[in-house]
Amino acid sequence: MIWDKAAECMRDGEREKLQLERLKASIGRAYKNVPYYKKRFDTMKVKPGDIRNLKDISKLPFTSKTDLREGYPFGLFAVPRKEIVEVHTSSGTTGKPTVSGYTKKDIEIWGEVVARALTMCGATKDDIIQNGYGYGLFTGGLGVHYGAQRIGATVVPVSAGQTKRHLDIMQDFGSTILTCTPSYALYLTEAVVEAGINIKKLKLKAGCFGAEMWTDRMRDEIEKRFHLIALNIYGLTEIIGPGVAQECEQKNGLHICEDHFYPEVISPETLEPLPDGEKGELVFTTLTRDGMPMIRFRTRDITTLRRERCKCGRTLVRMDRVTGRTDDMLKIRGVLIFPSQIEKALLEVKGVEPHYQIIVTRPQHLDEIEVQVETSKKLFSDEIRHLEEVKKRIEKHIENSIGLRVKVTLVEPKTLPRSEGKAKRVIDKRQL
Amino acid sequence: MEVKQISLFLENKKGRLWEAMDVLAKAKINIRALSIADTSDFGILRLIVPDPDKAKKVLTKSNFAFRENDVIAVEVSDSPGGLAGVLKILTDADINVEYMYAFIEKSGKKAVVVLRTDSINKGKTALKKAGVAVLSANKVYTL
Repeated sequence: MIWDKAAECMRDGEREKLQLERLKASIGRAYKNVPYYKKRFDTMKVKPGDIRNLKDISKLPFTSKTDLREGYPFGLFAVPRKEIVEVHTSSGTTGKPTVSGYTKKDIEIWGEVVARALTMCGATKDDIIQNGYGYGLFTGGLGVHYGAQRIGATVVPVSAGQTKRHLDIMQDFGSTILTCTPSYALYLTEAVVEAGINIKKLKLKAGCFGAEMWTDRMRDEIEKRFHLIALNIYGLTEIIGPGVAQECEQKNGLHICEDHFYPEVISPETLEPLPDGEKGELVFTTLTRDGMPMIRFRTRDITTLRRERCKCGRTLVRMDRVTGRTDDMLKIRGVLIFPSQIEKALLEVKGVEPHYQIIVTRPQHLDEIEVQVETSKKLFSDEIRHLEEVKKRIEKHIENSIGLRVKVTLVEPKTLPRSEGKAKRVIDKRQL
Repeated sequence: MEVKQISLFLENKKGRLWEAMDVLAKAKINIRALSIADTSDFGILRLIVPDPDKAKKVLTKSNFAFRENDVIAVEVSDSPGGLAGVLKILTDADINVEYMYAFIEKSGKKAVVVLRTDSINKGKTALKKAGVAVLSANKVYTL
């Protein structure tokens, strides 16, 4: 099922024409109405009129999270404040939160792109969508809510946490689609087993999981335990929220709603645009957002864009599952690694539970990584020798995959923190 | 029925042994025998209790990683050479002992040795053949 065939299956040439038209209009508005953009354009000696084709976008300045903070709270709005009908903010864990403002039309577009995403997960009017994303300033809850309503599905706004309620509703209402973070989905699978609920009696058919990094192994695990198809959703508050991109049933990358959000991949070092198929940092320019146009926003997310046709029939470009962030990159003994690489290697070892924590220390001028892994019934043996072997096997496997020696510590089941939102996987104790 | 032993995974952390014992104490489970094997990071606590099923239930509820294994319990005389005699039988039969621990019966005349051999069946057969008193599960649980 495709929500908006005309938009999602548009011919390349036609779409590029539309993108250029929208890009010009959006940049024009930003330059005229947002002093911040005008200043940046003027410093770089570039005018909106310099944009004659899509490639010209590389002449424009980047926008970073820091820039957004400088405009806190409403400095980047391109319309009078009274036109803004809703605001959201990022979590603000690394400083002042960034504010995102939406006009009535922006909210409609948001609902529209999330409707596309949920349709990719198989949602129709007949579905009951159990929404486990947090409602509030976080865009997850309301974003999915608007999309579900656009489709006409029944949305149950449970919000994040409240595990007991989730379990009750899942059984009593017969929810067919679950939306939440993948780590919370995994947590729910455990809670279901603990509560003695028969999975076969649940009606869940699909899960729309995102808002944090996860892996195909985690997907397999969730699908196996919950008997559903688990698909990846992507988005960010600065651009609109969830629904910027979504995986279709082909599980072959996420289709970006590029008629609304123009993607580029750049080299995080040189900041030069990279051709399709090359890995780098994802950058977005909004094409239709009135309240707060975003020009070349650096997402810090690492991915690759792929233009090859998808079997689902959509022509929208696909991005790979995000495998790291430029600001999450760990530099260990001079080697750049992403926590997701460790996770991937770890989960390839048979019997390992997807619950782990990475602790980086520097005891004597040398970085050390400790990976804490929860013991499971499958891993545990009553002989020291076997447990030591398990440890060594995991250590060896990680070392072979990332090229760095790590120390694996087995910890007791369910002792590592379970998050109900974004999982905190890395603790960097180095004092640099 | 084989003698069942429960092995618990414990992190080498202050208070964990007590927590495990507390779970059993609250469930009113008495311990017949126990031993601990430890490394720098973790330990394995091996237990023999009269009601292994009940112990398994409470341990699961408290999220412990554990495993149930069959072990052999034999009675030997509490005198020099008692244990050596048993081990000689196993050595002669080419059976490897993975681990063992012993305790003294209340009467003080006999000692009970709990053994885990690479093959429980072979171990049991060899010991029985040599005339060693292999104890039944019920006997061990009520010692």
